[in-house]
Amino acid sequence: MAQHSSKSARFQAVTANRLNDGEVVYFKDNRWIENFAEAEIADGQEAAEALLTRASPDNMEAFILDPYLFEVSEYQDGFTPVSVRENIRAKGPTVRTDLGKQAEAG
Amino acid sequence: MYRYDEFDHKIVTDRVNQFRGQINRRISGELSEDAFKPLRLMNGVYLQLHAYMLRVAIPYGTVSSKQMRMLAHIARKYDRGYGHFTTRQNIQYNWPALNRIPDLLEELASVEMHAIQTSGNCIRNVTADQYAGAIADEIEDPRIISEIIRQWSTFHPEFSYLPRKFKIAVTGHKNDRAAIKLHDIGIVIVRNDRGETGYEVHVGGGQGRSPFIAKKLTNFVPAEKLLAYLEAVMRVYNMLGRRDNSYKARIKILVHETGETEMRRLVDEEFKRIDTSQMLSLPEAELSRISAYFAPPNYETLPAQSKAFEAAKGSNAEFNHWVKTNLVPHKTPGYGIVNISLKPIGGIPGDATDVQMDVIADLAQRYALDEVRVTHEQNLVLPHVKLDEAKEVYDILFAHDLATPNIGLISDSIACPGLDYCNLANARSIPLAQEISTHFADLDKQYDIGELKIKISGCINACGHHHVGHIGILGVDKKGTEFYQISLGGSGDEQASLGDITGQAFTEDKVVDAVDTIVETYLNLRQPEERFLETYRRVGMSPFKEQLYAD
Repeated sequence: MAQHSSKSARFQAVTANRLNDGEVVYFKDNRWIENFAEAEIADGQEAAEALLTRASPDNMEAFILDPYLFEVSEYQDGFTPVSVRENIRAKGPTVRTDLGKQAEAG
Repeated sequence: MYRYDEFDHKIVTDRVNQFRGQINRRISGELSEDAFKPLRLMNGVYLQLHAYMLRVAIPYGTVSSKQMRMLAHIARKYDRGYGHFTTRQNIQYNWPALNRIPDLLEELASVEMHAIQTSGNCIRNVTADQYAGAIADEIEDPRIISEIIRQWSTFHPEFSYLPRKFKIAVTGHKNDRAAIKLHDIGIVIVRNDRGETGYEVHVGGGQGRSPFIAKKLTNFVPAEKLLAYLEAVMRVYNMLGRRDNSYKARIKILVHETGETEMRRLVDEEFKRIDTSQMLSLPEAELSRISAYFAPPNYETLPAQSKAFEAAKGSNAEFNHWVKTNLVPHKTPGYGIVNISLKPIGGIPGDATDVQMDVIADLAQRYALDEVRVTHEQNLVLPHVKLDEAKEVYDILFAHDLATPNIGLISDSIACPGLDYCNLANARSIPLAQEISTHFADLDKQYDIGELKIKISGCINACGHHHVGHIGILGVDKKGTEFYQISLGGSGDEQASLGDITGQAFTEDKVVDAVDTIVETYLNLRQPEERFLETYRRVGMSPFKEQLYAD
């Protein structure tokens, strides 16, 4: 598996998969949402660690799988995932644009 | 075909019920993820990038029309209208919800199917030649011994906690279509000087991070002793295989580190012990009982030549092309083996929609003595089609985008799901297969190039068999960006070889150009009738490398 983030990363967000259906989710204000565009963005390593800690309390484990930090960068008015992998997770398979989040967004 | 007995039914039903309980306890929070993960992995359920993925076993790649219809139904009801046929002759569903998987498995069990042996560190689903029982000059139908191995290995208590997964493949024909030398154990059915049938056993092949061609440990094991021999191999592996590093845990590493001679000695020693006890002798009666399930179907007596078939070839050039590439001679006069390409130009290798699966099920029932096969190259086969009816079959396939005449050609690539779906992948595979097949869409060009197998993996685990591609492509990750390493000269057949890496990796937008350069270099260098692989073996890497890295 590719690395999700790097030590030099400035902006990061937290993602995971949901237990029931495996859906990709993002952490925001102590809850989990499906849309990357609304994900909470941490600025700097300390903020990122704090975000991950908030996202990973024990009681979350029941329905959220393996939260982790990944790098994002500023893009237009918001942010975009840096890696191809996280872009694909945020949207859906590039070879089936009729499926996944990208289809629902349309 | 094999039919379940009461034990098979009970094993599969019990497993569905047990897994249903485990899923319910996980969802209610009674089971932690750490406790649950190994349980779901024993039942073919993976968590991928976007959703869960369920891998359903297709033992030795054989399904009936009824089973194929069920696979279509599952795609429709529990998934998003399609399934993906894999290099291990299985089918994967990409979107099932966890809480619906027990119902899905229950429906599968109603047609004698399951997801057992499709994941985890056990002996996996056995694969075999897709032309089993249909091709001429076969020594024995490989599905007979494959089914026996399936029964022996399913939930085998001694081998349910192996150092790593374990894959077995069988061929009964001198032409290896099952890539047996790239498996943990590869079995070739042979006949000795006295006319007795037995088994040649190759051990320690595999791809992944450290690829190896299997070593032949024995030339001949008689049928009644095969399970004893396999058990000896498994036992040596289970005792000595490494458990400290998952990349070094496959039997190929043990064979490599122990050495072929010593490995053979260890296996022979264990084999003698098991053999003397007679505990694992396969009774003749049981062998006959299983063989009867794979007895030849009721072929009609037909002339070898079909007038209707010859006439259709004469009047329809497209049909004629398709016959040349997709139809293989059958051992029975008047019949042919029909390959169904799941590689339409620009399509996703191995994917089939629910509608296509239903169409194929109908074709199998009406025209192919009720059988469908899955190939490790991600295509399907109708094994017994009357030549008289080949044109009708072709027309129906054509109407459903299933008649691409490209078997074995450059657009018939293998591709793993890659970074579009897979949690382990470093790079995408499918888009490259699509771009390459689109680039070489022209059929005359493809025929001119001839046999050329492209195999694409999205990471070093090599599910896309890139090590044995005539042209192999491996996706790598460099700081979140996709790069592709190209190798040449690999082959997964009876003359198996591992590809040589050309050099520096290419960015995604340069891969098609690189493949084009390789093909053009071959076309300039080839001698009359010489296939790509033969040219490569004759001239070596240098001329290709010169062209690829000219700038």
